[in-house]
Amino acid sequence: MATVSTSEFKSGLKFILDGDPYTIVENEFVKPGKGQAFSRVKIRNLKTGRVVDKTFKSGEKVEAADVMEVDMEYLYEDGEFWHFMEPTSFEQHAAEETAVMDVKHWLKPQEKYIVTLWNGSPLSATPPNFIELQITECDPGVAGNTAQGATKPATVETGAQIKVPLFVEEGEMVKIDTRTGEYLSRAKDS
Amino acid sequence: MDWSPNTTQQTRKSRAQMLHDIRAFFLQRNILEVETPALSQFGNTDPFIESIQCIQHKSESSELRYLHTSPEYPMKRLLAADSGDIYQISKVWRAGESGNKHNPEFTLLEWYRVGFSYQKLMQEVEELLSIVLPDLPKKPQFKTYESLFLEKFNINPHIATNEQLIDCVREHIDHLDTEGMNNQSLLDAILSFCIEPEFESSHLTFVYDYPVSQSALAQIRQTEHYPVAERFEVYLGQSELGNGYQEEVDSKRNKQILNDENQARKDFNLETVKKDHLFLAAAEKGIPASAGVAIGLDRVLMCITGEKSIQKVINFPWDKA
Repeated sequence: MATVSTSEFKSGLKFILDGDPYTIVENEFVKPGKGQAFSRVKIRNLKTGRVVDKTFKSGEKVEAADVMEVDMEYLYEDGEFWHFMEPTSFEQHAAEETAVMDVKHWLKPQEKYIVTLWNGSPLSATPPNFIELQITECDPGVAGNTAQGATKPATVETGAQIKVPLFVEEGEMVKIDTRTGEYLSRAKDS
Repeated sequence: MDWSPNTTQQTRKSRAQMLHDIRAFFLQRNILEVETPALSQFGNTDPFIESIQCIQHKSESSELRYLHTSPEYPMKRLLAADSGDIYQISKVWRAGESGNKHNPEFTLLEWYRVGFSYQKLMQEVEELLSIVLPDLPKKPQFKTYESLFLEKFNINPHIATNEQLIDCVREHIDHLDTEGMNNQSLLDAILSFCIEPEFESSHLTFVYDYPVSQSALAQIRQTEHYPVAERFEVYLGQSELGNGYQEEVDSKRNKQILNDENQARKDFNLETVKKDHLFLAAAEKGIPASAGVAIGLDRVLMCITGEKSIQKVINFPWDKA
Protein backbone atom coordinates (compact mmCIF):
# COMPACT_ATOMS: atom_id res chain seq x y z
CA MET A 1 0.00 0.00 0.00
CA ALA A 2 1.26 3.47 -0.84
CA THR A 3 1.90 5.67 2.18
CA VAL A 4 2.02 9.44 2.57
CA SER A 5 4.16 11.29 5.10
CA THR A 6 2.99 14.40 7.00
CA SER A 7 5.49 16.44 4.98
CA GLU A 8 3.27 15.89 1.93
CA PHE A 9 0.08 16.96 3.73
CA LYS A 10 -1.95 19.65 1.98
CA SER A 11 -5.62 20.46 1.53
CA GLY A 12 -7.34 17.95 -0.70
CA LEU A 13 -4.94 15.07 0.06
CA LYS A 14 -6.88 11.86 0.68
CA PHE A 15 -5.88 9.06 3.06
CA ILE A 16 -7.27 6.16 5.06
CA LEU A 17 -7.75 6.40 8.82
CA ASP A 18 -9.33 3.62 10.90
CA GLY A 19 -10.58 2.08 7.66
CA ASP A 20 -12.39 5.18 6.40
CA PRO A 21 -11.31 7.53 3.59
CA TYR A 22 -10.64 11.14 4.60
CA THR A 23 -9.71 14.33 2.78
CA ILE A 24 -7.61 17.09 4.34
CA VAL A 25 -9.57 20.32 4.71
CA GLU A 26 -6.88 22.30 6.53
CA ASN A 27 -3.27 21.54 7.50
CA GLU A 28 -1.32 23.57 10.07
CA PHE A 29 2.40 23.04 10.75
CA VAL A 30 3.13 23.50 14.48
CA LYS A 31 6.67 23.46 15.85
CA PRO A 32 8.48 25.02 18.79
CA GLY A 33 11.86 26.42 17.66
CA LYS A 34 13.66 23.78 19.72
CA GLY A 35 11.22 20.90 19.71
CA GLN A 36 8.95 18.30 18.19
CA ALA A 37 7.08 19.26 14.99
CA PHE A 38 3.42 18.40 14.47
CA SER A 39 0.79 18.61 11.76
CA ARG A 40 -2.61 19.61 13.07
CA VAL A 41 -5.23 18.80 10.46
CA LYS A 42 -8.95 19.19 9.93
CA ILE A 43 -10.08 16.18 7.93
CA ARG A 44 -13.44 15.27 6.39
CA ASN A 45 -14.68 11.70 6.43
CA LEU A 46 -15.66 11.05 2.81
CA LYS A 47 -18.31 8.52 3.84
CA THR A 48 -20.10 10.49 6.54
CA GLY A 49 -19.07 14.05 5.68
CA ARG A 50 -18.07 14.67 9.32
CA VAL A 51 -15.11 16.97 9.93
CA VAL A 52 -12.73 16.07 12.77
CA ASP A 53 -9.42 17.40 14.14
CA LYS A 54 -6.36 15.22 14.34
CA THR A 55 -2.76 15.81 15.37
CA PHE A 56 0.18 13.97 13.79
CA LYS A 57 3.83 14.01 14.73
CA SER A 58 5.93 15.15 11.79
CA GLY A 59 7.21 12.15 9.89
CA GLU A 60 4.20 9.95 10.74
CA LYS A 61 2.88 8.07 7.75
CA VAL A 62 -0.67 7.31 6.69
CA GLU A 63 -2.07 5.02 4.04
CA ALA A 64 -2.87 6.86 0.81
CA ALA A 65 -6.50 6.51 -0.31
CA ASP A 66 -7.28 5.48 -3.85
CA VAL A 67 -9.91 8.19 -4.22
CA MET A 68 -10.79 9.87 -7.53
CA GLU A 69 -13.30 12.49 -8.51
CA VAL A 70 -14.87 11.77 -11.90
CA ASP A 71 -17.43 13.70 -13.95
CA MET A 72 -20.39 11.42 -14.64
CA GLU A 73 -23.89 11.57 -16.06
CA TYR A 74 -26.74 10.37 -13.87
CA LEU A 75 -28.80 7.65 -15.59
CA TYR A 76 -31.57 6.13 -13.45
CA GLU A 77 -32.46 4.48 -10.18
CA ASP A 78 -33.65 0.87 -9.97
CA GLY A 79 -34.91 0.86 -6.40
CA GLU A 80 -31.65 -0.49 -5.03
CA PHE A 81 -28.86 1.33 -6.89
CA TRP A 82 -28.38 4.72 -8.47
CA HIS A 83 -26.63 4.41 -11.82
CA PHE A 84 -24.06 6.83 -13.23
CA MET A 85 -22.04 6.74 -16.44
CA GLU A 86 -18.67 8.17 -17.47
CA PRO A 87 -19.57 10.08 -20.65
CA THR A 88 -16.31 9.38 -22.48
CA SER A 89 -15.86 5.66 -21.75
CA PHE A 90 -19.57 4.84 -21.22
CA GLU A 91 -18.45 2.89 -18.16
CA GLN A 92 -21.30 2.60 -15.67
CA HIS A 93 -21.11 2.76 -11.87
CA ALA A 94 -23.82 1.72 -9.41
CA ALA A 95 -24.03 3.78 -6.21
CA GLU A 96 -25.60 2.52 -3.00
CA GLU A 97 -28.16 4.61 -1.19
CA THR A 98 -25.63 5.77 1.46
CA ALA A 99 -23.52 7.34 -1.28
CA VAL A 100 -26.35 9.42 -2.74
CA MET A 101 -28.34 9.98 0.48
CA ASP A 102 -27.66 13.72 0.63
CA VAL A 103 -28.21 14.43 -3.06
CA LYS A 104 -31.04 12.05 -3.98
CA HIS A 105 -33.43 14.96 -4.43
CA TRP A 106 -31.17 16.66 -6.97
CA LEU A 107 -30.57 13.69 -9.29
CA LYS A 108 -31.84 14.41 -12.79
CA PRO A 109 -31.15 12.07 -15.69
CA GLN A 110 -28.55 13.36 -18.21
CA GLU A 111 -27.30 15.96 -15.73
CA LYS A 112 -23.56 15.93 -14.88
CA TYR A 113 -22.39 15.11 -11.33
CA ILE A 114 -18.96 14.78 -9.72
CA VAL A 115 -18.79 11.23 -8.41
CA THR A 116 -16.11 10.37 -5.84
CA LEU A 117 -14.82 6.85 -6.36
CA TRP A 118 -13.00 4.96 -3.61
CA ASN A 119 -11.33 1.76 -4.79
CA GLY A 120 -13.53 2.09 -7.86
CA SER A 121 -16.89 2.31 -6.02
CA PRO A 122 -18.98 5.48 -5.73
CA LEU A 123 -18.58 7.07 -2.31
CA SER A 124 -20.51 10.27 -2.89
CA ALA A 125 -21.93 12.42 -5.67
CA THR A 126 -21.86 16.20 -5.87
CA PRO A 127 -24.53 17.95 -7.97
CA PRO A 128 -23.70 21.03 -10.06
CA ASN A 129 -24.07 24.23 -8.01
CA PHE A 130 -26.95 25.37 -10.21
CA ILE A 131 -29.56 23.11 -11.75
CA GLU A 132 -32.68 23.72 -13.83
CA LEU A 133 -35.70 21.64 -12.81
CA GLN A 134 -39.39 21.51 -13.67
CA ILE A 135 -42.03 22.35 -11.06
CA THR A 136 -44.27 19.28 -10.77
CA GLU A 137 -46.51 20.49 -8.00
CA CYS A 138 -47.47 23.86 -6.48
CA ASP A 139 -50.48 26.07 -5.84
CA PRO A 140 -51.68 28.14 -8.80
CA GLY A 141 -49.80 31.38 -9.50
CA VAL A 142 -51.23 34.67 -8.30
CA ALA A 143 -51.28 36.95 -11.33
CA GLY A 144 -49.49 40.24 -10.86
CA ASN A 145 -48.27 39.37 -7.39
CA THR A 146 -44.71 40.57 -7.19
CA ALA A 147 -44.66 41.15 -3.43
CA GLN A 148 -41.06 40.96 -2.24
CA GLY A 149 -40.21 37.82 -0.32
CA ALA A 150 -43.62 36.14 -0.45
CA THR A 151 -43.21 32.43 -1.25
CA LYS A 152 -45.13 29.18 -1.50
CA PRO A 153 -44.00 25.55 -1.29
CA ALA A 154 -43.32 23.64 -4.52
CA THR A 155 -42.10 20.20 -5.55
CA VAL A 156 -39.67 19.75 -8.45
CA GLU A 157 -39.27 16.80 -10.82
CA THR A 158 -36.49 15.22 -8.76
CA GLY A 159 -38.66 15.22 -5.64
CA ALA A 160 -37.00 18.11 -3.78
CA GLN A 161 -39.25 20.48 -1.85
CA ILE A 162 -38.40 24.13 -2.41
CA LYS A 163 -39.91 27.56 -1.86
CA VAL A 164 -40.79 29.62 -4.93
CA PRO A 165 -42.25 33.11 -5.44
CA LEU A 166 -46.04 33.27 -5.69
CA PHE A 167 -46.06 33.93 -9.47
CA VAL A 168 -44.35 30.63 -10.38
CA GLU A 169 -46.66 28.09 -12.08
CA GLU A 170 -46.75 24.30 -12.16
CA GLY A 171 -44.86 22.96 -15.21
CA GLU A 172 -42.38 25.86 -15.32
CA MET A 173 -38.61 25.34 -15.37
CA VAL A 174 -36.77 27.09 -12.53
CA LYS A 175 -33.11 27.57 -11.65
CA ILE A 176 -32.05 26.36 -8.18
CA ASP A 177 -28.88 26.59 -6.09
CA THR A 178 -28.33 22.97 -4.97
CA ARG A 179 -26.01 24.02 -2.10
CA THR A 180 -28.76 25.95 -0.33
CA GLY A 181 -31.88 24.54 -2.04
CA GLU A 182 -32.91 28.11 -2.88
CA TYR A 183 -34.94 29.20 -5.89
CA LEU A 184 -32.89 31.65 -7.99
CA SER A 185 -34.99 32.51 -11.05
CA ARG A 186 -37.20 31.18 -13.78
CA ALA A 187 -35.11 29.24 -16.29
CA LYS A 188 -34.34 31.45 -19.32
CA ASP A 189 -35.92 29.35 -22.06
CA SER A 190 -39.15 28.36 -20.27
CA MET B 1 4.42 32.62 -13.80
CA ASP B 2 3.81 34.54 -10.59
CA TRP B 3 7.17 36.31 -10.25
CA SER B 4 5.91 39.12 -8.03
CA PRO B 5 6.83 39.61 -4.35
CA ASN B 6 4.39 38.55 -1.63
CA THR B 7 4.94 41.74 0.33
CA THR B 8 3.51 45.24 0.09
CA GLN B 9 5.87 48.22 -0.15
CA GLN B 10 4.70 49.15 3.38
CA THR B 11 5.87 45.74 4.69
CA ARG B 12 9.23 46.16 2.94
CA LYS B 13 9.60 49.58 4.60
CA SER B 14 8.66 48.09 7.98
CA ARG B 15 11.37 45.44 7.58
CA ALA B 16 13.99 48.06 6.72
CA GLN B 17 12.90 50.18 9.71
CA MET B 18 13.00 47.15 12.04
CA LEU B 19 16.56 46.27 10.93
CA HIS B 20 17.60 49.90 11.35
CA ASP B 21 16.09 50.08 14.87
CA ILE B 22 17.80 46.85 15.92
CA ARG B 23 21.22 48.00 14.68
CA ALA B 24 20.77 51.37 16.41
CA PHE B 25 19.83 49.57 19.65
CA PHE B 26 23.00 47.46 19.62
CA LEU B 27 25.24 50.31 18.49
CA GLN B 28 24.01 52.39 21.42
CA ARG B 29 24.86 49.55 23.81
CA ASN B 30 28.27 49.01 22.27
CA ILE B 31 27.49 45.47 21.14
CA LEU B 32 29.52 44.45 18.11
CA GLU B 33 27.89 43.26 14.88
CA VAL B 34 29.63 40.12 13.58
CA GLU B 35 29.37 37.65 10.72
CA THR B 36 29.98 33.90 10.74
CA PRO B 37 29.72 31.30 7.92
CA ALA B 38 26.32 30.26 6.65
CA LEU B 39 27.71 27.10 5.07
CA SER B 40 29.60 24.97 7.58
CA GLN B 41 31.41 21.63 7.68
CA PHE B 42 29.22 20.75 10.68
CA GLY B 43 25.47 20.35 11.07
CA ASN B 44 23.07 20.79 13.95
CA THR B 45 22.89 17.64 16.10
CA ASP B 46 19.52 18.67 17.64
CA PRO B 47 17.18 15.77 16.74
CA PHE B 48 14.27 18.18 16.18
CA ILE B 49 16.15 20.51 13.82
CA GLU B 50 17.23 19.32 10.38
CA SER B 51 20.06 21.10 8.55
CA ILE B 52 19.85 21.49 4.78
CA GLN B 53 22.80 19.72 3.17
CA CYS B 54 24.82 21.18 0.31
CA ILE B 55 27.26 19.27 -1.82
CA GLN B 56 30.24 20.84 -3.57
CA HIS B 57 31.32 18.63 -6.46
CA LYS B 58 35.02 18.51 -7.22
CA SER B 59 36.78 16.61 -9.99
CA GLU B 60 37.78 13.64 -7.82
CA SER B 61 35.46 13.88 -4.83
CA SER B 62 32.62 15.83 -3.36
CA GLU B 63 32.36 17.78 -0.13
CA LEU B 64 29.28 17.78 2.13
CA ARG B 65 28.41 21.00 3.94
CA TYR B 66 25.45 22.16 6.02
CA LEU B 67 23.57 25.45 5.88
CA HIS B 68 23.53 26.77 9.45
CA THR B 69 20.29 26.54 11.45
CA SER B 70 21.57 29.30 13.77
CA PRO B 71 24.98 30.97 14.13
CA GLU B 72 25.30 29.72 17.72
CA TYR B 73 28.49 27.62 17.59
CA PRO B 74 30.73 30.02 15.64
CA MET B 75 29.47 32.97 17.70
CA LYS B 76 30.51 31.09 20.84
CA ARG B 77 33.94 30.61 19.26
CA LEU B 78 34.14 34.40 18.94
CA LEU B 79 33.19 34.71 22.63
CA ALA B 80 35.99 32.25 23.48
CA ALA B 81 38.36 34.54 21.50
CA ASP B 82 37.43 37.49 23.75
CA SER B 83 35.08 39.22 21.32
CA GLY B 84 32.98 40.57 24.18
CA ASP B 85 29.28 41.30 23.51
CA ILE B 86 28.28 40.41 19.96
CA TYR B 87 25.19 40.22 17.74
CA GLN B 88 24.41 38.92 14.29
CA ILE B 89 21.51 39.23 11.87
CA SER B 90 21.63 36.34 9.43
CA LYS B 91 19.59 34.13 7.17
CA VAL B 92 19.29 30.60 8.57
CA TRP B 93 17.75 27.42 7.15
CA ARG B 94 15.77 24.58 8.72
CA ALA B 95 14.72 21.72 6.45
CA GLY B 96 11.03 20.94 6.13
CA GLU B 97 9.71 23.77 8.30
CA SER B 98 6.89 25.25 6.22
CA GLY B 99 3.59 26.74 7.32
CA ASN B 100 1.84 29.93 8.34
CA LYS B 101 4.51 30.63 10.94
CA HIS B 102 7.45 28.87 9.30
CA ASN B 103 9.55 29.36 6.20
CA PRO B 104 12.56 27.02 5.74
CA GLU B 105 14.73 30.12 5.11
CA PHE B 106 14.28 32.88 7.67
CA THR B 107 16.05 35.79 9.33
CA LEU B 108 17.45 35.30 12.82
CA LEU B 109 18.80 37.89 15.24
CA GLU B 110 21.16 36.30 17.75
CA TRP B 111 23.11 38.06 20.48
CA TYR B 112 25.37 37.23 23.42
CA ARG B 113 26.04 39.26 26.56
CA VAL B 114 29.17 38.41 28.52
CA GLY B 115 28.62 38.36 32.28
CA PHE B 116 24.83 38.68 31.95
CA SER B 117 22.37 36.48 33.82
CA TYR B 118 19.50 35.11 31.74
CA GLN B 119 17.11 37.22 33.85
CA LYS B 120 18.99 40.36 32.86
CA LEU B 121 18.93 39.23 29.22
CA MET B 122 15.14 38.71 29.39
CA GLN B 123 14.88 42.37 30.39
CA GLU B 124 17.07 43.41 27.49
CA VAL B 125 14.88 41.37 25.10
CA GLU B 126 11.86 43.23 26.45
CA GLU B 127 13.63 46.58 25.94
CA LEU B 128 14.50 45.74 22.34
CA LEU B 129 11.03 44.41 21.52
CA SER B 130 9.33 47.47 23.01
CA ILE B 131 11.38 49.63 20.62
CA VAL B 132 10.50 47.64 17.47
CA LEU B 133 6.92 47.02 18.68
CA PRO B 134 5.96 50.40 20.17
CA ASP B 135 2.28 49.49 20.68
CA LEU B 136 3.01 46.76 23.24
CA PRO B 137 1.23 46.95 26.57
CA LYS B 138 3.72 47.94 29.25
CA LYS B 139 3.90 44.86 31.43
CA PRO B 140 5.02 41.49 30.07
CA GLN B 141 4.08 38.27 31.84
CA PHE B 142 6.88 36.25 33.43
CA LYS B 143 5.95 32.60 34.03
CA THR B 144 8.01 29.60 35.02
CA TYR B 145 7.48 26.53 32.85
CA GLU B 146 6.49 24.74 36.05
CA SER B 147 3.77 27.25 37.00
CA LEU B 148 2.15 26.93 33.56
CA PHE B 149 1.82 23.14 33.90
CA LEU B 150 0.77 23.29 37.56
CA GLU B 151 -1.93 25.92 36.94
CA LYS B 152 -3.41 24.19 33.91
CA PHE B 153 -3.03 20.48 34.71
CA ASN B 154 -1.64 20.23 38.24
CA ILE B 155 1.35 18.43 36.75
CA ASN B 156 4.91 19.28 37.75
CA PRO B 157 6.82 19.06 34.46
CA HIS B 158 10.18 18.59 36.21
CA ILE B 159 9.19 15.33 37.88
CA ALA B 160 6.19 14.08 35.86
CA THR B 161 6.65 10.57 34.49
CA ASN B 162 6.14 9.91 30.79
CA GLU B 163 3.04 7.86 31.74
CA GLN B 164 1.49 10.94 33.41
CA LEU B 165 2.31 13.08 30.38
CA ILE B 166 0.87 10.46 28.01
CA ASP B 167 -2.39 10.44 30.01
CA CYS B 168 -2.53 14.23 29.75
CA VAL B 169 -1.89 14.15 25.98
CA ARG B 170 -4.55 11.44 25.46
CA GLU B 171 -7.10 13.42 27.41
CA HIS B 172 -6.49 16.83 25.87
CA ILE B 173 -5.08 16.51 22.35
CA ASP B 174 -7.20 15.19 19.48
CA HIS B 175 -6.10 11.75 18.36
CA LEU B 176 -2.36 12.22 18.86
CA ASP B 177 -0.57 8.88 18.75
CA THR B 178 1.98 8.99 21.60
CA GLU B 179 3.91 5.99 20.28
CA GLY B 180 7.64 6.81 20.10
CA MET B 181 7.32 10.17 21.88
CA ASN B 182 9.97 10.96 24.50
CA ASN B 183 9.73 13.26 27.52
CA GLN B 184 10.70 16.32 25.50
CA SER B 185 8.19 15.76 22.70
CA LEU B 186 5.35 15.00 25.15
CA LEU B 187 6.03 18.28 26.97
CA ASP B 188 6.22 20.09 23.59
CA ALA B 189 2.82 18.71 22.60
CA ILE B 190 1.16 19.85 25.85
CA LEU B 191 2.78 23.29 25.75
CA SER B 192 2.01 23.85 22.04
CA PHE B 193 -1.60 22.66 22.00
CA CYS B 194 -2.91 23.23 25.53
CA ILE B 195 -0.93 26.04 27.15
CA GLU B 196 0.33 28.46 24.46
CA PRO B 197 -3.19 29.05 23.06
CA GLU B 198 -4.09 30.65 26.40
CA PHE B 199 -1.29 33.22 26.37
CA GLU B 200 -2.70 36.74 26.42
CA SER B 201 -2.80 38.08 22.86
CA SER B 202 -0.74 41.21 22.09
CA HIS B 203 1.17 40.74 25.38
CA LEU B 204 4.75 39.55 25.74
CA THR B 205 5.00 36.34 27.76
CA PHE B 206 8.36 35.10 29.02
CA VAL B 207 8.50 31.42 29.98
CA TYR B 208 11.60 30.42 31.94
CA ASP B 209 13.26 27.61 33.90
CA TYR B 210 12.68 24.60 31.66
CA PRO B 211 12.74 20.88 32.52
CA VAL B 212 16.16 19.33 31.99
CA SER B 213 14.89 17.30 29.00
CA GLN B 214 14.27 20.71 27.34
CA SER B 215 17.65 22.20 28.28
CA ALA B 216 19.41 22.15 24.88
CA LEU B 217 22.55 24.25 25.46
CA ALA B 218 21.35 25.94 28.65
CA GLN B 219 23.11 25.73 31.98
CA ILE B 220 21.49 23.45 34.57
CA ARG B 221 20.84 24.72 38.10
CA GLN B 222 20.31 22.38 41.06
CA THR B 223 17.33 23.35 43.18
CA GLU B 224 16.32 21.72 46.45
CA HIS B 225 14.21 19.04 44.75
CA TYR B 226 15.28 18.75 41.13
CA PRO B 227 17.52 20.38 38.53
CA VAL B 228 16.11 23.05 36.17
CA ALA B 229 17.47 24.36 32.87
CA GLU B 230 18.17 28.10 32.81
CA ARG B 231 16.41 28.64 29.52
CA PHE B 232 13.69 31.08 28.46
CA GLU B 233 11.33 31.62 25.58
CA VAL B 234 9.60 34.86 24.63
CA TYR B 235 6.15 34.95 23.00
CA LEU B 236 4.02 37.72 21.63
CA GLY B 237 0.50 36.44 22.08
CA GLN B 238 0.63 32.82 20.91
CA SER B 239 3.59 33.38 18.61
CA GLU B 240 7.01 32.15 19.76
CA LEU B 241 9.54 34.89 18.96
CA GLY B 242 12.75 33.75 20.61
CA ASN B 243 14.71 31.39 22.77
CA GLY B 244 17.52 32.17 25.20
CA TYR B 245 19.92 30.52 27.63
CA GLN B 246 22.25 31.01 30.45
CA GLU B 247 24.88 29.47 28.25
CA GLU B 248 26.42 26.17 29.26
CA VAL B 249 30.17 26.92 29.34
CA ASP B 250 31.42 23.63 30.80
CA SER B 251 33.30 21.95 27.96
CA LYS B 252 32.60 18.38 29.15
CA ARG B 253 28.89 19.04 29.33
CA ASN B 254 28.82 20.68 25.90
CA LYS B 255 30.47 17.56 24.48
CA GLN B 256 27.98 15.40 26.36
CA ILE B 257 25.03 17.40 24.96
CA LEU B 258 26.17 16.93 21.35
CA ASN B 259 26.73 13.19 21.94
CA ASP B 260 23.31 12.83 23.61
CA GLU B 261 21.65 14.62 20.70
CA ASN B 262 23.26 12.28 18.19
CA GLN B 263 22.15 9.34 20.35
CA ALA B 264 18.58 10.74 20.29
CA ARG B 265 18.90 10.95 16.51
CA LYS B 266 19.70 7.23 16.44
CA ASP B 267 16.71 6.52 18.70
CA PHE B 268 14.46 8.39 16.25
CA ASN B 269 16.05 6.57 13.27
CA LEU B 270 17.55 9.83 12.00
CA GLU B 271 20.93 10.26 10.36
CA THR B 272 23.59 11.37 12.85
CA VAL B 273 25.38 14.64 12.19
CA LYS B 274 29.07 15.49 12.27
CA LYS B 275 29.68 17.28 15.59
CA ASP B 276 31.20 20.76 15.52
CA HIS B 277 34.71 19.96 16.77
CA LEU B 278 35.81 23.57 16.37
CA PHE B 279 33.06 24.65 18.78
CA LEU B 280 34.05 21.91 21.23
CA ALA B 281 37.72 22.98 20.96
CA ALA B 282 36.74 26.59 21.73
CA ALA B 283 34.66 25.37 24.70
CA GLU B 284 37.74 23.58 25.99
CA LYS B 285 39.76 26.79 25.76
CA GLY B 286 36.92 28.50 27.67
CA ILE B 287 33.71 30.32 26.74
CA PRO B 288 33.12 33.21 29.17
CA ALA B 289 30.03 33.14 31.42
CA SER B 290 27.33 34.65 29.23
CA ALA B 291 23.68 34.66 28.26
CA GLY B 292 22.47 34.47 24.67
CA VAL B 293 19.20 34.66 22.76
CA ALA B 294 17.90 34.20 19.21
CA ILE B 295 14.83 36.01 17.87
CA GLY B 296 12.98 35.17 14.64
CA LEU B 297 12.73 38.52 12.89
CA ASP B 298 10.10 37.47 10.34
CA ARG B 299 7.79 36.61 13.26
CA VAL B 300 8.54 40.03 14.78
CA LEU B 301 7.70 41.64 11.43
CA MET B 302 4.39 39.72 11.40
CA CYS B 303 3.60 41.40 14.75
CA ILE B 304 4.64 44.84 13.43
CA THR B 305 2.55 44.58 10.26
CA GLY B 306 -0.33 42.54 11.68
CA GLU B 307 0.09 39.90 8.95
CA LYS B 308 -1.26 36.47 9.95
CA SER B 309 1.05 34.50 7.67
CA ILE B 310 4.85 34.59 7.48
CA GLN B 311 4.44 34.16 3.72
CA LYS B 312 3.17 37.76 3.59
CA VAL B 313 6.23 39.35 5.23
CA ILE B 314 8.91 37.60 3.14
CA ASN B 315 9.36 39.03 -0.36
CA PHE B 316 9.92 35.65 -1.97
CA PRO B 317 9.05 32.79 0.41
CA TRP B 318 10.05 29.17 -0.22
CA ASP B 319 7.68 28.44 -3.12
CA LYS B 320 8.76 31.61 -4.94
CA ALA B 321 12.44 31.53 -4.01
